[in-house]
Amino acid sequence: MLLPLQQLFVTRLVIRLMTIDKNTIPRIARLARLEIALERQSALSEELASILSWVEQLNALDTAEVEPLASVTGHDLPLREDKVTTGNDPDAVLSNAPEKTSNFFVVPKVVE
Amino acid sequence: MSDLLSLTAVAARSALDKKECSASELTAAYLKAIEDTADNNAYVAITADKATDMAKASDARLAKGEGGALEGIPVGVKDMFCTKGVETTASSQILKGFVPTYESTVTSHLWADGAVMLGKLNCDEFAMGSANETSAFGPVTNPWTATNGDLMGKALTPGGSSGGSAAAMAARSCLLAPGTDTGGSIRQPAAFCGMVGLKPTYGRCSRRGIVAFASSLDQAGPITRDVADCALMMTSMAGHDEGDSTSIDAPMPDLMAALSMGIKGMRIGIPDEYTLDGMNPEIVALWEQGRAWLEDAGASCVPVSLPHTQYALPAYYIVAPAEASSNLARYDGVRYGQRVEGATLDEMYAKTRGAGFGDEVKRRILIGTYVLSAGYYDAYYIKAQQVRRLIQQDFLTVFEQVDALLTPSTPTAAFPLGEKMDAVSMFLNDVFTVPANLAGIPAISVPSGLSSDGLPLGLQLIAPALREDTLIRGAAVIEKAAGFDHVATGAAS
Amino acid sequence: MTKNVSPLVEGRTGPWEVIIGLEVHAQVSSEAKLFSGASAAFGAGPNEHVSLVDAAMPGMLPVINRFCVEQAVRTGLGLNAQINLVSVFDRKNYFYADLPQGYQISQFKQPIVGEGSITITLSDGTSRDIGIERLHLEQDAGKSMHDQHPSKSFIDLNRSGVALMEIVSKPDMRSAEEAAAYVSKLRAIVRFLGTCDGNMEQGSLRADCNVSVRRPGEPLGTRTETKNLNSIRFIAQAINSEVARQIEILEDGGTIVQETRLFDNTTGQTRTMRSKEDAHDYRYFPDPDLLPLKLDAAWVDHIRDTLPELPDALRARLLDQYGLSPYDASLISEDRAVAAYYETAAAGQDAKIVANWMTVELFGALNKMGLDLADSPVKPDQLGKLVGRITDGTISGRIAKDVFALMLENGADPDQVIDEKGFKQVSDTGAIEAMIDAVMAENADKVAEYRGGKDKLFGFFVGQVMKASQGQANPGVVNGLLKQKLDG
Repeated sequence: MLLPLQQLFVTRLVIRLMTIDKNTIPRIARLARLEIALERQSALSEELASILSWVEQLNALDTAEVEPLASVTGHDLPLREDKVTTGNDPDAVLSNAPEKTSNFFVVPKVVE
Repeated sequence: MSDLLSLTAVAARSALDKKECSASELTAAYLKAIEDTADNNAYVAITADKATDMAKASDARLAKGEGGALEGIPVGVKDMFCTKGVETTASSQILKGFVPTYESTVTSHLWADGAVMLGKLNCDEFAMGSANETSAFGPVTNPWTATNGDLMGKALTPGGSSGGSAAAMAARSCLLAPGTDTGGSIRQPAAFCGMVGLKPTYGRCSRRGIVAFASSLDQAGPITRDVADCALMMTSMAGHDEGDSTSIDAPMPDLMAALSMGIKGMRIGIPDEYTLDGMNPEIVALWEQGRAWLEDAGASCVPVSLPHTQYALPAYYIVAPAEASSNLARYDGVRYGQRVEGATLDEMYAKTRGAGFGDEVKRRILIGTYVLSAGYYDAYYIKAQQVRRLIQQDFLTVFEQVDALLTPSTPTAAFPLGEKMDAVSMFLNDVFTVPANLAGIPAISVPSGLSSDGLPLGLQLIAPALREDTLIRGAAVIEKAAGFDHVATGAAS
Repeated sequence: MTKNVSPLVEGRTGPWEVIIGLEVHAQVSSEAKLFSGASAAFGAGPNEHVSLVDAAMPGMLPVINRFCVEQAVRTGLGLNAQINLVSVFDRKNYFYADLPQGYQISQFKQPIVGEGSITITLSDGTSRDIGIERLHLEQDAGKSMHDQHPSKSFIDLNRSGVALMEIVSKPDMRSAEEAAAYVSKLRAIVRFLGTCDGNMEQGSLRADCNVSVRRPGEPLGTRTETKNLNSIRFIAQAINSEVARQIEILEDGGTIVQETRLFDNTTGQTRTMRSKEDAHDYRYFPDPDLLPLKLDAAWVDHIRDTLPELPDALRARLLDQYGLSPYDASLISEDRAVAAYYETAAAGQDAKIVANWMTVELFGALNKMGLDLADSPVKPDQLGKLVGRITDGTISGRIAKDVFALMLENGADPDQVIDEKGFKQVSDTGAIEAMIDAVMAENADKVAEYRGGKDKLFGFFVGQVMKASQGQANPGVVNGLLKQKLDG
């Protein structure tokens, strides 16, 4: 059963005709914190555009009355007891850290 | 020595019990086989000392009559499974040097049952790919080669993403191999390499400790020489895990018993929509042959319809990258793996991930980030999840009429490594396998014949959720009828 | 409940109305974290309370803590809010050093608790209802330290994954005072419920303030968000500073930038957060490692049936049952432990006198000694007994203070102290008469002056008699007899 707000949206769930402009890759790459070499950007842009226009075929389906799949198994979320079962092992937690000091992870300084 | 490699896991286990050989001998034979077939690049890490120690311990247990279900059986582990104390990379530069302090639940089941770890197997980077060409550690070569035709003399792909696993199995450089399947990554390489590959019901195997690609689709499963080994290994791998909220708590049917139950009276559906335009006639013929085999064994085959089949691949290529883009956000150079320094935190992130991820992974992260982003989420992600429900409903409806479905596993046999293919064409390799992942239902690929080039072809059975027994029953029948006893030219001996 | 008129702020060019909404983050009191089995306790060494899940190691998966869910439901019920039997956990995706997963597991479209409201009381005695929009569960982030090194930041993940309840108010508040009262009330409620310890210094409870201003009657202005305020005083200061800043900008003809700001408690001003150049696109989607959370209605009912008495109900009962003044009732009902102490002390005693002794003498003394009520050397039954000795005339109020001082020193029983020190009040009229006679005799001139009309000297005589009796004469008896004798 769809929530009222979702019902409003589902009638309009049409994938927009693809317009990937030259700002899209830099913007998405920034969101994903991925450095993309400048010379790769236009090729990637084309690849993204072709994949996205390929998935647009989903628009052929009328899904207005269909509830999105939330879980494929259908079982309920299991809950666990409120007990401390792990921890007290900073060595294990930090064992793979590229940089650490006195049990802290170390990263370039962030200025807020 | 050479006889040892020809034993299936079930046969080897029996031989160990009868003291016809020792676990140490078996492991030594496989370690040698790894060396002999190293050119295929299936292994990214060989844990020889560990294997030898584990085999010794197996021998001790066997001597006391305390051997487990997989005691002494040499296993190669896809590098997506975290193995305690052994480097785990997901075939990616970004995880180079990562040594987990924990073991995945599935592999811990294997070790608890006495299996021996030979090493870690190559795969597509973060399990993203269908040809094992996206690995940061080089492509894997299929031990099968064409015996005639255009593909003769060319190195072929073993399929992906569990390419290293399937190749090592075909090369007889391991006896059992757990793989992972998100869109076909067990079944497709199994088909390309002449192996049995099973993707169980979603939630059967715990995902805890498996590097996550697409959480709602990933499932671990066996890649084996035959259906009996598959039943044996599947039983060991499966099980409810409280450490995985999506893990199901349902008893596994007796798969070993299912091997000999036959399929008399079973109804098998042949889905209309799996016939593609311009489909390879050899695949069509094999499919027909499979249908005849099943009918000969007493099943009735009927045409059925899964009307939304053609939308499965595009829906998959929205949902899987979306989940992956989020699952891979943790690879940031802070707590593990490789780091590339930056003047600021954000620069460090961008450089680390830019350098550490390969092109295919970056592409999928970008798609995934895009389809989840503001303004697009409803149109893409919600839409795909709605289509997913339609696909699941197609199966539920069809399974009211039939007990299982028979389809080809792949649209082609193995193709050459390095073949130029755009992204979407590469995606089409998974056209028959993806629907079962979207619906969370089990499916198996069984080697059923050779193409005219002499390359393996597989047939796929799909069953309702929790009915792995149905798959084993049908697969056993196909296996017997097909009599596929071919061994890859690149196999060790 | 009368809705009082919005207090307006006078700008240079006219009055402004202030609109405030608060998002309060309250750490759930629990043993373990929301999705992992590591300890949620405060104060451990760096990265000691961290599980593989909290560190976002490859392949690690969340499993939800039932008790944290229960605490959220309990809190929702304490806010008179709707409990949603089905709710969904979503991933909020962004990158930051203290966010190991690269996403926070939170709830976006379907939170566990819906609309509710709480009542706040202001210093002028008026009450207002403040609406609650929703409450949802989410993971807390780790801690980054940026000031330990010139070019590096240090990350501690102990707090990463601790259960937080985010309580979002409706934009119903109209002044810093209301906001402060709201947070105080919210804090009291969660402390009463035992769902959060409300320790703002340790960060168990913190608030983000959304502030905007507008001319009365006009549409809402652009709001700013000031994050991570961890004291009620700072909340009020930040709001006032932000209001002043916004009014000044608008009166100068400028516009307000919608942004996130930080409060600098040394300057008392808010400032822009540097890192927010691009608006966050959190790409919320349901967490595929989890399933929808489904609550059993009977379970929710059981929690409702076992809720402890909440501050408002307690306050009303104190007014009714003990006849306390509104001020005392409010003070005592702020904290469950204080109320429990009071009710034990007041049992069988004069309720108002006990309240006075508690709020003035006891609190004053504990404050000076730097002690919490829990560590008070004077136990509630002892305080009650002390008051009882005043009301039954054994000692005077004046002497009681001396007794109390000794009780504070070593937790002694009041009767014991009275006995040992011979503090018993003298009410024997004969003895007192004798003392009065002696004083009058020694001060015959003053007697004459008094009788001559200097009424003020009465106090002098009282003082002298009390001195002669070393403070133990019953003042009431002294007054009565003295008047007789002086007037007589």
